[in-house]
Parts: sequence; C-alpha cells; structure tokens
Amino acid sequence: MRKVLLGATGLLGFLVVWHLIPATGLVDPQYLPYPTDVAARLLQEFRDLAFWRRLRLTMTAWALGLALATLAAVVLGTAVGLVPFLRRATHTTVEFLRPVPSVALIPLAVLMFGLQLRAALVIVVYAAFWQVFVQVIYGVADVDTVARDTARSFGLTRRERLRYLVLPTALPYLMTGVRLAAAVALILAVTAEMVIGNPGLGRSIELSRSAGDAVGLYGLVVVTGLLGLLVNLVFRLVERRSLAWHQSVRSEELP
Amino acid sequence: MTARRPALRIAANLLFALGLPAVAVVLWGVWSARSDNRFLAGPLAVLDAFRRTWIGPAFVDDVLPSLLRLALGIAGSIVLGVAAGIAIGSLRRLRETLGPLLEFFRAIPPPVLIPVAMLLLGITGTMKVVVIMSGAIWPILLNTIDGVRATDSVMLETADSYRIPRWERLRFVVLPAAAPRIMTGVRQALSVALILMVISEMFASSSGLGYRIAYFQRNYLIAEMWSGILLLGLIGILLAVLFGLVERRVLRWYQGMKEITRA
Amino acid sequence: MPDGSPLLRVEHLRKVYASATGDVEAVADLSFTMDHGELVCIVGPSGCGKTTLLKCLAGLLRPTSGVVEMDGSPVTGPSPAMAVVFQEYGRSLYPWLTVRGNVELPLRHQKLSRAVRDRTVSDALEAVGLPHAARSHPWQLSGGMQQRVAIARAIAYRPEVLIMDEPFAAVDAQTRADLEDLVRELHLTRGISTVFVTHDIDESVYLGRRVLVLSHAPTRVREDLVIDLPPERDQLTTRALPRFTELRTRVYEQIQRAKRGPAEAGPAISVG
Repeated sequence: MRKVLLGATGLLGFLVVWHLIPATGLVDPQYLPYPTDVAARLLQEFRDLAFWRRLRLTMTAWALGLALATLAAVVLGTAVGLVPFLRRATHTTVEFLRPVPSVALIPLAVLMFGLQLRAALVIVVYAAFWQVFVQVIYGVADVDTVARDTARSFGLTRRERLRYLVLPTALPYLMTGVRLAAAVALILAVTAEMVIGNPGLGRSIELSRSAGDAVGLYGLVVVTGLLGLLVNLVFRLVERRSLAWHQSVRSEELP
Repeated sequence: MTARRPALRIAANLLFALGLPAVAVVLWGVWSARSDNRFLAGPLAVLDAFRRTWIGPAFVDDVLPSLLRLALGIAGSIVLGVAAGIAIGSLRRLRETLGPLLEFFRAIPPPVLIPVAMLLLGITGTMKVVVIMSGAIWPILLNTIDGVRATDSVMLETADSYRIPRWERLRFVVLPAAAPRIMTGVRQALSVALILMVISEMFASSSGLGYRIAYFQRNYLIAEMWSGILLLGLIGILLAVLFGLVERRVLRWYQGMKEITRA
Repeated sequence: MPDGSPLLRVEHLRKVYASATGDVEAVADLSFTMDHGELVCIVGPSGCGKTTLLKCLAGLLRPTSGVVEMDGSPVTGPSPAMAVVFQEYGRSLYPWLTVRGNVELPLRHQKLSRAVRDRTVSDALEAVGLPHAARSHPWQLSGGMQQRVAIARAIAYRPEVLIMDEPFAAVDAQTRADLEDLVRELHLTRGISTVFVTHDIDESVYLGRRVLVLSHAPTRVREDLVIDLPPERDQLTTRALPRFTELRTRVYEQIQRAKRGPAEAGPAISVG
C-alpha cells in the first residue's frame, strides 16, 4: 500500500515537473509541450484507426522477428551446446559476430530488401538471435553431469535424453533469453522503422519530428514506453512461471 | 589433455579458433566471385575499400569523433548510473517513489529519444552524447540498485559494528559488493551505447561513422559500405575485449571465489 | 578481578519485535553484570534469543526497554570498546579484500600512524597463527582459518569486550577444538574480556569462567554458574575431570528444563 502510494507520488511529481518546465519558460513549449496536451493527443490517437494499424505493423515486425530468432537460436544453440566439437569450432566466430551492432546491418538490409518489412526483420532477428542463442548454450551445457550419467546408465535414447534431461534444464535459460530478446526486438523494430522508413510507429515518430509536431512526437514516445513496459511485464511473468515448476535455483542475471 | 605435447595442443586450439572463420571467408570469396548479386562485395574488395576509406584522414574526421562521443557517453552513464544507483539502492523511500518511473523510462526504446534530443538540444555533438547516455544509463542504474539492495546483511552489520564511517563503508563494502551486478549492467550498456552512436549519426549528422555508412549505401558504394560494417564490427569486438580486461581486473576476487565454490 | 565497577551491566533488558502478525517478545527481562577480564559463556536452547541479546549488547539493536551499560555509560550504538565475531565468517569477511585488508579495514578510521597500523595488523595475525596468510583472500582459506581471520580483525580493533556469536558452529569438530583453545589462550595471555554465545554445553563449560544459562524465549537468565575449573585447561584432561562432568550435567539439566517449562524468573544461583 505504502509502495503504491509512494510510486504514485513519484509519477505525479514527475508530471508536475514536466508541466512546470515549459510553464516557467525554461524550455519553449514548442520543444517540450505540456503533458496535458500530450495526453489529449494520445486520447485522440487512440480513437484513430490509422494509429492502431501502425501499431499492428510494428508489433508484427516484433513478433515475427522474435519468433524467427527464437526458432533459429533454439535449433542452433541446442546443436552447438550439445556437441563439444561444434562448441569449440564456433567459439571465435560467435565471439566475433555477437558484438557486431545489428544497426550496422541497416544499410545492407535496405539494399537487399528495400523499404520493406523484410529489411526490418533482418535487423530484429540478428539482434534478438544472440540473446536467445547464448542462453540456450548455457542452459544445454548446464545439465547435471550425474543426471547425464544416470540417464546413460539406464540406457535412455538420445530422444528421451533430450526430452527429459536437456529440455527441463535448458527451459528457464531459454525463457530468460526470450525475455531479453523480446525487449531488444522491440527496440530494433521501432528503430528500423525510424531509420529504414518501413511503415509503423517508428516511422510516425520520424514524420512527427520532421513535421515539427512536438506533441505528436512526445505522445508516440510515451506509447513506445508503454509497449516496452507491457512486453517486459508479460515476459517476466512467463519467465517466472517457467521457473516455478523448475526445481533448480539459479541466479536471475545472465552471466 | 595434460599429457600431450604442448605444441600440439596449441596447434589444435589455433585450428579450432581460426578454422571456421577461415572457411567462412573462403566461402564468402568464392560466393561473391560467382554470384551476380551486385550488393555483395568480395573479401578482397572489402579489405581494399577498408584501407582506402578508413585509414587516413577519414579516421580523424569520422571515426575518432564517433569514438570520442561513444567513450564520453559510456563514461557518463557509468558515473551517473552508479552514483544514482547507490543513492536509490540505499534509500528505500526514494526507491519506492521512483520505482514505477524507472520501470517506464527503462522500457522506452532508446532510439526514439533521438528525435526528442534533436528537438531539445539541436543537432550537436552534445546531443549525441546525451542520446548515448540516455540509453546506456538504464542497465547500469537498475543493476546497481539491485546490487546495492542485495548487499549481504551480515557484511553491513559487520561494518556497523566496527563503526566504519560512511565513505569507507561505500568504498570498501557497498561498492565492491555491488560490483558484479554493476559490471553486468555495464556490459549491457556497451551494446546499447554502440547502437545509439550509429543511429544518432545516421539520423542527424554530416559526419561520423554512422553517417558515412548510410552515405555509402545511398550512393551504392557497396565495398565501402561493407568496409563500414566491418569497422563497426571491429569496434564492437574491441569494446568487448576491453570490457573483458577491465572485468577480469575488477572482479578477480569474484571469479576466483566462484571457481573455488564450484570445485 | 572484581574491582567494584563492572565492565558490562545489563539491567531489565527487554526486546520486542513489532511485526504485522503481532508483537514477538524475544527477550523478556534480562539482567547480569560482567567484570573486567572475565570470559562469560551464554548458553540456551536454540531459538532462545541469544542473537537478539548479543545484538543489543553490541549496540546493533535498540532494546525496547532496560539498559546496557559499558564502563558506566549506556550503549546506544556500536561502540569502539566492543568487537563482534559473527557466526557466518563467510558473510562477515569481505571477499574482495585480502586477509590483511580485512583486518586493517576497521583501523583505517582510527587515527593511527601507518607504522602502528601495520604493526597492529601483523601482531593480530600472529596471535591467531596466520601471519603467512596475510596476502590471501578469505575464500582461499578453510573455514577454521577464516574464523581466525575474523578473530584477528576483532583483536586488532583492541576492544574492551570481545563478543562472539556462536563463532564455531559452522566448523568441524577438530578445528573447533583448536579454535576453542585459541580463545582460551587469547583470554589468558591478553586478558581480553569475552562474551561467548554458544548452544554447545561442553563448549561453554570448557571455555567459560562463568556460564549464563538462558531460558526459552521470552528470554531470562535461568542460572548464573561459576565454572571453578583451573584456568589452565586442555581438551583432554579438563574434559576428563569429574568436576567438568558435574558442571556440564548441571548446565544440561537447566537447559532441558528451560526447553520444557515456561520461563520462571530464577535468581542468580552460584554453585560452589
């Protein structure tokens, strides 16, 4: 209760400060509009079908990108995690490719696919892939050696070992990876729209800016923040549930 | 693995380390030579473009300013993030007041702040540094808060019972205890910072690495564009290596301790 | 060495924890005194508020009512005259500091010259038998050695009272015997006044010059027993003495009764 109250106070305080900055003339309202104006614009947007269409486009790029990245990362990550030879052979390549910032690929993606969803997907998938891939490798490698030996001594088949040994161990790691990837994918879905110009919320942000529509711009920033908040909340919930039935206790943070 | 000759082992390690990259480069070369895809440049062409484009005055004009802004942005977010994180982490009321706000700000995709920063600060170098900081600070801030909060109660009680003064308590107890989490945050911040450096330059600039790459793309200078991507990759790797070195120094005790408890 | 004014005086100490489900009275009404140079062991059934008592003594907790007095002045917070050795050595030593750094940390804010500080640290490490480990990190040492480091840190602080909270509960039996002898030796050679909290009856009788038996929570002093064993003790012969067996039986009975019955306020009884 106290926590909710304090949190609400913080939020209110922030809004008051936001209001006072243009009101006292510290910053021209043309550059920092009043929060009330932004809220009014948001309500107006929410009634506009075009807004929802743009939102859907952004979330489509996000969902497709996240799904593709997760699929690829699970398949490759499991293979690399299970086979020591592959792990050794791919180590340097992974360490080389992982830090490459995905936005560096934007020009290439634009050249190959034009101002299309597919160009945006390249960026989203590349960024999200590494988050999941790394976690899957950790997860698969984390299988308890005693459990592995036990399974072998009881003659479990490869398929059974995957199903009953590897999957339960790796699942919480996978969920952590997917949660991180979901946040990253949203960032890049919006970024791609801003830079590449495929339709969606990101492009609207860029258009508002070039049109000098500060109220619309701030409104869209708030929308992306709310989207990010929603994505975080949902995936944290999913992750916690996947951890709840899992026995192992491990630190929440990725190594 | 111990009984074998060391020379043999080094050779095997080298083969494992360089095997796949070498195969990949050869395949790339063969593919680009045979393919008629005009957006694909061969490794030799890219290497040549790299030498022509980036070694020389362009390095001073475009690369160095970008790197400087990157460094400033990262340093600024570490200083601010850790300082604010310690304050918020140790003061419960402050933490509860700011909690929902921080959750919200962290959730905003950092690149959307670029237009906002352009509006407020104009198209300047300061704007770009502010953009980098406004994205990179969150992982550091939130991890520091968590790290400070998770400081072991017995460690704090020990500090109390020996009447260790505030400053020393911060310097020798709270900060090192939170260091593993802080470093996790810094690692995440590095990749965010690099992304924002590139995007802010693609967006609002007439110089810098990001601007150059976008320019090459718009003018169909394919090999040059690839060389830019390569350079960004190299910067990413350089950052990761530097971070690894710093981390190993700062967290030597932590890694040593983990190794012992695992054994 | 009773010379009139006691070193530590606890009078009608009471501690109540407020919680959402109702108040919990951890310590009911506790009084005792301790003279300079004494080694007092406090035993009681597990969960009897020993740790609460100790934290009140050390100034880490504020009592609900009653007083803790040190050399005639009330204890309101951690005092430079006290040093605490915690049970969880792994959590009380700082893993990022070396052994030397850990011992030195509490001395940094004392106005000592560098040379004096260095000498104090070396001397403390010498006293616990760890001069060679100064540059190691705590986690590189065994549990017993880590607890030695914690003791070195406490004596380097040069407190008037050393307060030890079940310090050897987490180490194996052999190490424990060695550490007990270390505490005896420090007490005898350096005359450090010590409050030693334990749940181990044998340990309390072997170490102490006096044993306070606590009741079940809410805690009172059930018995204040003088241990009239010779000051020179060793693990084999002392523990084989008939008097040792008598005393330990006596403490044992008290604790059994404390576990069973509700706390009856017992006056301090001395068995001679």
